[in-house]
Amino acid sequence: MNLASWFAVRRELSSKKRMLLSVGSFLLPLLIWCMVSYVPGIWHPMVMISNPGDVDYFQNGMLVDRDAFDEELKNMQSAHKALPKGDPANPIYLPAPHEVAKAFYTGFTTPPQQQDGQWLHESLLHSIKIIFWGFVLSSLIGVPLGILCGTYSAISRLTEPFVEFFRYLPAPAFGALAVAVLGIYDGPKIAIIVIGTLFQQILIIANTTRNLDYALIEAALTLGTNRFKLLFHVILPGILPALYRDQRILLGWAWTYLIVAELIGTSSGITWFITQQARYQHFDNVYAAIIMIGLLGLGGDLILAAIGKRLFRWDRPANKE
Amino acid sequence: MKKSIDLPSYLDQSEEVKARFERLKSREVILEVKNLCKDYKTGKGSVTALKNVNFKTHRREFVCVIGPSGCGKSTLIRILAGLESHTSGDVLLDGNPVTGPGRDRGMVFQGYTLFPWLTVKKNVMFGLEMNNMSETQAASEAALWLDMIGLEKFANSYPHELSGGMKQRVAIARALVNQPRILLMDEPFGALDAQSRSKMQSHLLEIWRNVDITVLFITHDLDEAIFLADRILVLKAHPGEVQELIEVPVPRPRGAMQFNSPEFLATKARLDELIHPPVVEQDVEIEVKPHMIRFTNVEDNVE
Ligand SMILES: Nc1ncnc2c1ncn2[C@@H]1O[C@H](COP(=O)(O)OP(=O)(O)OP(=O)(O)O)[C@@H](O)[C@H]1O
Ligand SMILES: [Mg+2]
Repeated sequence: MNLASWFAVRRELSSKKRMLLSVGSFLLPLLIWCMVSYVPGIWHPMVMISNPGDVDYFQNGMLVDRDAFDEELKNMQSAHKALPKGDPANPIYLPAPHEVAKAFYTGFTTPPQQQDGQWLHESLLHSIKIIFWGFVLSSLIGVPLGILCGTYSAISRLTEPFVEFFRYLPAPAFGALAVAVLGIYDGPKIAIIVIGTLFQQILIIANTTRNLDYALIEAALTLGTNRFKLLFHVILPGILPALYRDQRILLGWAWTYLIVAELIGTSSGITWFITQQARYQHFDNVYAAIIMIGLLGLGGDLILAAIGKRLFRWDRPANKE
Repeated sequence: MKKSIDLPSYLDQSEEVKARFERLKSREVILEVKNLCKDYKTGKGSVTALKNVNFKTHRREFVCVIGPSGCGKSTLIRILAGLESHTSGDVLLDGNPVTGPGRDRGMVFQGYTLFPWLTVKKNVMFGLEMNNMSETQAASEAALWLDMIGLEKFANSYPHELSGGMKQRVAIARALVNQPRILLMDEPFGALDAQSRSKMQSHLLEIWRNVDITVLFITHDLDEAIFLADRILVLKAHPGEVQELIEVPVPRPRGAMQFNSPEFLATKARLDELIHPPVVEQDVEIEVKPHMIRFTNVEDNVE
């Protein structure tokens, strides 16, 4: 296989190569993680004590810095006492892949530790619920307003300067305010997602609407279309595939606000799970939960992409993807 | 450019052609343009795109507008379509001033403007449905037109599945199904290759022969203008003014053989003269003289 065929500028690869590289893009980080975890020579800055010897504060299974271990080893050697023994290890915050994989499975099978605690899947479901309502509410305002801004200059001039300003205000800054207004449960969390998404949404969709080929509007006008029908019979169907793509990107945006949103008021959902597990130093569970968020986000987007492809058969550029 | 001496004048018309023009001019006036002016306001001041344009078009006439690039052809047709405002003068359709776009003036654009989300059939039905015709009736009229343009097999295809020529056929049908008074066409075949272009020209003439429609057709191709038109409106640039309204002496029905007929060549010579004015001698003299150097082997001769 020659190298040039892999690096043709802006040319699509064969489907076999594409598949290979997509798998590779996940395998590569996994490989690095495995190497750091399983090859003793790489990193491993700690020592896991397997025999404390005569060091009085060492215990079996204890993690100590390599420097501290080496020093105690020297002390014991010079004092001619029993030497401590230990194996190189990684810090507690970097569990090995197999530990995380196990946590991934046991996370769903272990009952909650507290009486009123939630199962992992309940936490996840709660997070998805927050995202869903936040995104739906944001879209309910953002999509129509964005389309109107892209269609009528008057509405755009009246709306966009303020929206431009507001989108620079960090959504989390409204956390305390949201709690004061909406209470401590789901209300303020959904509000943060809405604040984080809505203003970008208006601007992006207004721009998408403006990108519709004006010649199509002119063609419709010469066919006797009135202004009102123009919006529903030309502009809306014309931008639909691009709008759909925008919504996918914006949904990703909403996910990034999830963690902040869930820390506001009573912490809840997957974030609550993560903070709980981190408090008890169950970092394998923390990683499992983080990976789960990634899989949910990516999986959701892939499903939406596939639906879009079937929905907009007439849209050639999208279908070439 | 060769110029035979025995070419007739483009003003000579056979009895038959004369009679046709008599009949044409006796039909009612569909479109009247009076003292039309258009100035564009730009950052650096105003540009006069059209100045005092006057002409009349009769029912079922085929008019071509021709002129050098930038002479205001597109500006003119866009004003007629109501897509652009004019600075002064009048545009009258059946005696009524044109104020905005409307279904009484169909338009075919140079770029492809079929609605990509609608099938071919739905594209043709679009105008009818926008004007509140019921879907079943619109569908039957669209079917009729698809048959007429020979694309009934593509009724359920999307525009991106069609060739350039097929797209423009659909665009013509989409405009004509609305029964406009006049069909405005801005270089509709400009993006097509020579072969599909000449096919489309014959096709358009055939439609025009069978439908009660007046056509105003913009082109910068002299042959195309002579082949299609009854009369040719020749514009000049900066500012855009009418130079001459030429009555094409080539008899109808038109065919490919006529491209070499004396009337055709005479008309073409006249158009050439108007659009590419003879170059002044001095300009030729200060021409650069290339100095040729051989970069190849002497024996490696290509001639
Ligand atoms: N929107 C505009 N603003 C300013 N000037 C314009 C605008 N549109 C056209 N013009 C100017 O008006 C003149 C006529 O333009 P127009 O597009 O009508 O020419 P055209 O005959 O259609 O040319 P072409 O053969 O290249 O299509 C040109 O000088 C052009 O620069
Ligand atoms: Mg033009």
